[in-house]
Amino acid sequence: MLRLLAKYLRPYWLQILLVCAFQVVAAYASLSLPSLNAKIIDEGVATGDTDAIWANGGVMLAMSVLQGVSQILAVLFASRTAMGFGRDVRAALFDRVLSFSTKEVNQFGAPSLITRNTNDVQQVLMLVFMTGAMVLSAPIMMVGGIFSAIREDVGLSWLIVASVALLAIVIAILIVQMTPLFGVQQTRIDTINRVLREQLTGIRVIRAFVREDHERKRFAVANEDLTATATHLGRRMMTLFPAVMFIMNMSSVAVMWFGGIRVDEGHMQIGQLTAFLNYLMQILMSVMMATFMFMIAPRAAVCAARIQEVLQTEPSVVPPEHGVTEVGLHGEVELDHVDFAYPGAAEAVLHDISFTVEPGRTTAIIGSTGSGKTTLVNLIVRLFDATGGHVLVDRVDVRELDPDVLWSKVGLVPQRPYLFGGTVATNLRYGNPDATDEDLWHALEVAQAADFVRDLPAGLDSPIAQGGTNVSGGQRQRLSIARALVKKADVYVFDDSFSALDVATDARLRSALVPETRNAAVVVVAQRVSSIRHADQIVVLEGGRIVGLGTHDELVASCPTYAEIVESQFQNTEVAA
Amino acid sequence: MSGTSEPKVAANARPKDMPQSRGHGPGSQFQGGEKAANFATSARRLLRQLRPERVRIALVLVLSAIGVALNVLGPKVLARATDAIFAGIIGKQLPANLTKEQVIELLRSQGKGDQADMVSGLDLVPGQGIDFTQVGEILLLALGVYALAGVFAWLAAYLTNDIVQRTVYRMREQVADKLNRLPLSYFDAQPRGEILSRVTNDIDNVAQTLQQTLAQIVQAFFTVVGVVIMMLLVSPLLTLVAVVTIPLAAVVTAVIGKQSQKLFKRQWGSTGELNGQVEEAFTGHAIVKVFGRSREVEREFAAKNDELYSAAFGAQFISGIIMPVMFLIGNLNYVVIAVLGGMRVASGQMGLGDVQAFIQYSRMFTQPLTQLASVANLLQSGVASAERVFEVLDADEQSPDATGELGVVTGKVEFSHVDFSYSPDAPLIEDMNLEVLPGDTVAIVGPTGAGKTTLVNLIMRFYELNSGTILADGIDITTVPRADVRGSVGMVLQDSWLFHGTIRDNIAYGRPDASPEEILAAAKAAFVDRFVRSLPEGYDTVIDEEGSNVSAGERQLITIARAFLVDPSVLILDEATSSVDTRTELLVQRALKALRTDRTSFVIAHRLSTIRDADTILVMEHGAIVEQGSHADLLAREGAYWRLYQSQFQGTAVDLEEEAAPAH
Repeated sequence: MLRLLAKYLRPYWLQILLVCAFQVVAAYASLSLPSLNAKIIDEGVATGDTDAIWANGGVMLAMSVLQGVSQILAVLFASRTAMGFGRDVRAALFDRVLSFSTKEVNQFGAPSLITRNTNDVQQVLMLVFMTGAMVLSAPIMMVGGIFSAIREDVGLSWLIVASVALLAIVIAILIVQMTPLFGVQQTRIDTINRVLREQLTGIRVIRAFVREDHERKRFAVANEDLTATATHLGRRMMTLFPAVMFIMNMSSVAVMWFGGIRVDEGHMQIGQLTAFLNYLMQILMSVMMATFMFMIAPRAAVCAARIQEVLQTEPSVVPPEHGVTEVGLHGEVELDHVDFAYPGAAEAVLHDISFTVEPGRTTAIIGSTGSGKTTLVNLIVRLFDATGGHVLVDRVDVRELDPDVLWSKVGLVPQRPYLFGGTVATNLRYGNPDATDEDLWHALEVAQAADFVRDLPAGLDSPIAQGGTNVSGGQRQRLSIARALVKKADVYVFDDSFSALDVATDARLRSALVPETRNAAVVVVAQRVSSIRHADQIVVLEGGRIVGLGTHDELVASCPTYAEIVESQFQNTEVAA
Repeated sequence: MSGTSEPKVAANARPKDMPQSRGHGPGSQFQGGEKAANFATSARRLLRQLRPERVRIALVLVLSAIGVALNVLGPKVLARATDAIFAGIIGKQLPANLTKEQVIELLRSQGKGDQADMVSGLDLVPGQGIDFTQVGEILLLALGVYALAGVFAWLAAYLTNDIVQRTVYRMREQVADKLNRLPLSYFDAQPRGEILSRVTNDIDNVAQTLQQTLAQIVQAFFTVVGVVIMMLLVSPLLTLVAVVTIPLAAVVTAVIGKQSQKLFKRQWGSTGELNGQVEEAFTGHAIVKVFGRSREVEREFAAKNDELYSAAFGAQFISGIIMPVMFLIGNLNYVVIAVLGGMRVASGQMGLGDVQAFIQYSRMFTQPLTQLASVANLLQSGVASAERVFEVLDADEQSPDATGELGVVTGKVEFSHVDFSYSPDAPLIEDMNLEVLPGDTVAIVGPTGAGKTTLVNLIMRFYELNSGTILADGIDITTVPRADVRGSVGMVLQDSWLFHGTIRDNIAYGRPDASPEEILAAAKAAFVDRFVRSLPEGYDTVIDEEGSNVSAGERQLITIARAFLVDPSVLILDEATSSVDTRTELLVQRALKALRTDRTSFVIAHRLSTIRDADTILVMEHGAIVEQGSHADLLAREGAYWRLYQSQFQGTAVDLEEEAAPAH
């Protein structure tokens, strides 16, 4: 956490200095009040000098205002620092994540990255703010308080040590008792979450097997466990305040007794006794404040570590410094002995993959889940970099191509179609902002989406919710296909993009695609044999290796894995028998 | 990342990093100040939740009142000690051979009227120093008062914690029970994360709110009352000065509060927007990159980030100055009391100890006021959470179970004039009739969205019909308890739901009383036994949430074993289309076929073999059965089934048959 703070707070050093300065002034003013009060008593009341009372009262008034104003200024600079810090860390995180390849994004998971970029930053930012606005004053007040109290009477200073030690011990005991309970509470919250999530996902099964009572008991057990821990924890937490109050009150009684003796012996005046009492209270209050820091800091530290983890992850796909921007050819993809493995993984995802997709030709990739299909297409669009061999687009290694050039060449339809908040039109124009409405309608026609868009109340301007949640899965897939077509790319990559379409729509779409992709290289990842059997070339993947390469007919005859896939989908033996 | 533990609240808010903010709108996870739509009603209902604790609450009130009273008494007792010490000091300076009255006379005659007044106000004996026996007694009394105050405060806090935890326990229980009584349609409409978040986050928030506010409100209220009484007893004039700060504090809090609320609203607005954008950019990361939009996205982010910066700065600053301003008011109050009090001591109208006590009282007085201001905010967010919990509790429940008896079902199922739709404006199944004889296999085919799954849901009585009846062995299934219907129907669904537990327990899920032999037999029949034996812990292997230790196909086999064990007379199968490796796929098919034998089966079919062997094929389109008959009948009819068969199976199948032909 300290490194994160050091790095991103540095630009605000002047403001932080100001916060400290104003906190010192505020503390000084605040601490001067009891001694001024003592003066009122000793110089004014004890001697009956009303002028002294008024004079000291005036100074006190000025000091109060000074204290208030510096405190407000400290808050001002603290909030500027904290909010600026938050903004900078957010920006740094966001930029870093955008520079990540899909590999790093998958490693963290998008939801986790979102949490880190928003919630985690907020936690650390609030720590910075609280520290500047409140907690920082605790050590200053404590030092100042001790100093002032000793100035009033050295002989009583042992009382300060004793009270602070007693308070610290009580707080420490409670914290030591509570810390493991926090851990237990967290696991029990996780358990109750898990049980509930299971019950929600499995609700049909639970009801089908008539196990509602069993599930109710399971939840009750989790609920009881959590309540028991929370009760224990709460009881300790609730002990803190009365305990602290008692210690403070006890200290004031002690001050009166021992102070009384000191006064009687003539070592101190009665007003000083009152002042001493006030200082002691302030010291104990600041110990409390410091405890508050102990409570919020660990959580912020965890958040900071999560932020640091992202900031310290280097993107594995780095754009070339002087990328190739001119290419002579359009629409060819070649994989040349490509390997891919995740760092530290024992097993490579892809081994020695070689094939070429020529312009105007369609290459299909098939294989069971986990065979490496999606990884393979992600290499073509350089969402990953191959760990061995070369991926060439238009005969240039993708690592040497300028990323803008590469990405302008490729139209990707990802496995999980993602639409952005906006309208149908803004989504379609995502890769080609200059496309005309005609272009959009044409792409929609090809993608078999024109009918439903036309039926929408506002047509192209109909709103799309973030993630495309207001249209069905099949519609999302078709809009995502249209979006890629609007780009007019040289290479089209369809990653299992027809899965949510019914067979008839699938067929119509594929025949409409033919003229669109006449001059482009097309790579199609598919699960259904029926949707790829007419491809120019089929790549059969198993365990990250190519086990078959050829046309449908060739593969049925020569590739056992392919034949097995066909068999499982069509029950060839039973049909033939 | 597995290596990092989530921070407490974040983890609790989103288990396994799953964002669940859909229902709240973006970024709600740290919008602590969510507003309740109907504050008064929900607050009252929240109070009603506390009703079972009313005895304890009454006890807390009494304990707190005593505790606070003692605490408030403390400074007054201490004041007597101060006075005794002060009297001792002054007394020591006076000649010992005179009486107090003589000293006053003497002082007046010397023109020291002020001092004379002061001495007259003190309980002193000239020439005598501090009476430590007296001071000691007073201090012991003070110590006793404080100790008792501490004990009472602690007891009250302890009880409050118990009250809150028990209330929250009951709320969680109520919601969980409620979920069991809600119809499935409720869960279709609500995102899972939303419900989850209401049971965990919102109830947690209610707990925190109650814990903090209950204790604080009670404490603060009694303290204010007690302190005002004590202040009045000590000095009505100074009380007037102190009380003047109340409206001052109130006005300041109101003005600042209003400003900060406006600014906070803006901050939440921009937080939401920023979070939305981050969510979008990260979820659509690949698209952003491949469509070359990184620069635009970054620009948009920078603008929103700056906007959030200025909004957050304003909100934090304004809300941050409440404390210093309240301090300032408190300090001004302190100065005025010190000066006025000093004057009055000097003139003998008041004891020094009383001034000291008064200063302590005025401190005790401003603190609960600041507290109450922050409690109001907390309460808002807590009541908003409670409201969201109440929304779940208020949802319409499924109709209560009928009391008829179903008995042992032979497997005859009839649909008679069945109408059904998920929402009133989109009719789905209309006037459907069907008769299935015991032991028949019914294959349901049709495009996605045709209503295949709906049909199955109706047999399970997961949804209620709009009209018409479904009969099992001639008995209307709405006249018997749901459990009876479901108990005689077995179900194997596409998403193979397993819970966190051993494989054995998962197989025995539908029949917890099954013997080990029966479980083993079911496992063997479903080909589960083979792979379980290869696991180091066999049937005691715990299936983890991600299911990483068993493959998708193996999970399916376990769910089939589960159905075998229940041995139902009616079976519902959803043939999976999900990609399972080809070898397991064959096992799944064989297991399903074995399971179907001798049972009435409804199969949402994707495989030609199943369809061809079925006694009846139902072809569904747009919620209606458009054709019904055997494979041969339907092909001969050249209707919907024939078209479906042509597009989906025929092409390849014929090719393959041709290719396979020479081998025969």
